[in-house]
Amino acid sequence: MHAINESTPSSGEPPTFDLEAAFKGSRVGEVLEELDRELVGLAPVKARVRDICALLLIDTLRKQAGLSTDTPSLHMSFTGNPGTGKTTVALRMAEILHRLGYVRKGHLVAVTRDDLVGQYIGHTAPKTREVLKRAMGGVLFIDEAYYLYRPENERDYGQEAIEILLQEMENSRQDLVVVLAGYKDRMERFFQSNPGMSSRIAHHIDFPDYTDEELFEIAELMLKQMQYRLSDEAAAALREYIALRRSQPHFANARSVRNALDRARLRQASRLFERGATLTRDDLLTIDAADIRASRVFQNRESVS
Amino acid sequence: MRLTQGTFSFLPDLTDEQITAQIEYCLKQGWAVSIEYTDDPHPRNTYWEMFGIPMFDLRDAAGILKEINACRATFPRHYIKVNAFDATRGVESLRLSFIVQRPENEPGFGLVREEGPGRQVRYTVRSYATERPEGERY
Repeated sequence: MHAINESTPSSGEPPTFDLEAAFKGSRVGEVLEELDRELVGLAPVKARVRDICALLLIDTLRKQAGLSTDTPSLHMSFTGNPGTGKTTVALRMAEILHRLGYVRKGHLVAVTRDDLVGQYIGHTAPKTREVLKRAMGGVLFIDEAYYLYRPENERDYGQEAIEILLQEMENSRQDLVVVLAGYKDRMERFFQSNPGMSSRIAHHIDFPDYTDEELFEIAELMLKQMQYRLSDEAAAALREYIALRRSQPHFANARSVRNALDRARLRQASRLFERGATLTRDDLLTIDAADIRASRVFQNRESVS
Repeated sequence: MRLTQGTFSFLPDLTDEQITAQIEYCLKQGWAVSIEYTDDPHPRNTYWEMFGIPMFDLRDAAGILKEINACRATFPRHYIKVNAFDATRGVESLRLSFIVQRPENEPGFGLVREEGPGRQVRYTVRSYATERPEGERY
């Protein structure tokens, strides 16, 4: 509303619309900047989020100009390996949609199969509806959505949950945005077997794996937030650790890095504890190479080679 | 005779937008909203039937309005009220309760006089509607 310039159609001039003012007014820029600053890498994801922002902003202006705008379908699917930032981006997305006025409250309700599917006949529908009611006015984030559909068991109640979800995704588009998340290949199979779900989701965003360099940057960011510092040797050790950890099973990108740092903190604490002498502020702050090199990842390599 | 129980009952019936605004206020206070219905609106009938369980942890009124509409569809000729429960320690009771649907035709209440011993008279009210069995009253 504040975006429309003073000129009115009666003055003979066509009205103009100030995109920049609308962008500033919505304060979406702050969230996008935060996204850029706090999330390392993920260039394709950031680009898609920007695209969606632009579309919504233009739609808002079109509405002001009296042009026809369908409420755009905002349901999304986030695919990618574990630890690639799907939940974090979903949180930011909720904030962005809230600022643009496409969801009223902007909270995120994260659920898995257990929260939606019941254990006996007649249990699923109320459970799913309950979750949907809680998510109204915000974003419903369904993690590992493909578990909802179990083709091997035809009496599985997951199908019922999917049907209710589909119905609500269609009927309460102005009240609710649904984000489905999970591994890429399994999500694709899920969409193949549920074409109704696929056609109702407008935005498919794929989260790429992080490179070693990006993971190291993430580690530095995490340490900064926890107020720790890596010594130079520790930094080198951590780079080595990341390269080694990637080739091992259950590698979960940023989550693996966070776990590694948590264990390094543990070892640092017990190292300082055993030393027992008076400690300087520096001692408390610094993680040493030894704290990282004690990891199982390094020991395995030595036993193998 | 128009039933006057609960908040806003002397005002014209609330529209859906007004109901939404009231529920938004309740949610902002952190109260849990529930829906109840009855076809026996005696003033002493405190406990109406619950339509679903009370809705905790909600952030937006849209979900509750959907539930109200579901209740209206199931019981088109009953009284329906919305309650907001405050769980704060020391309060633990209803903070707000208002009627969101009433039957088209409300016959009202009649005064019943009971003859007691020694020409004593006891009075009570009785809803004309409850002369018929449950479910056929309005």
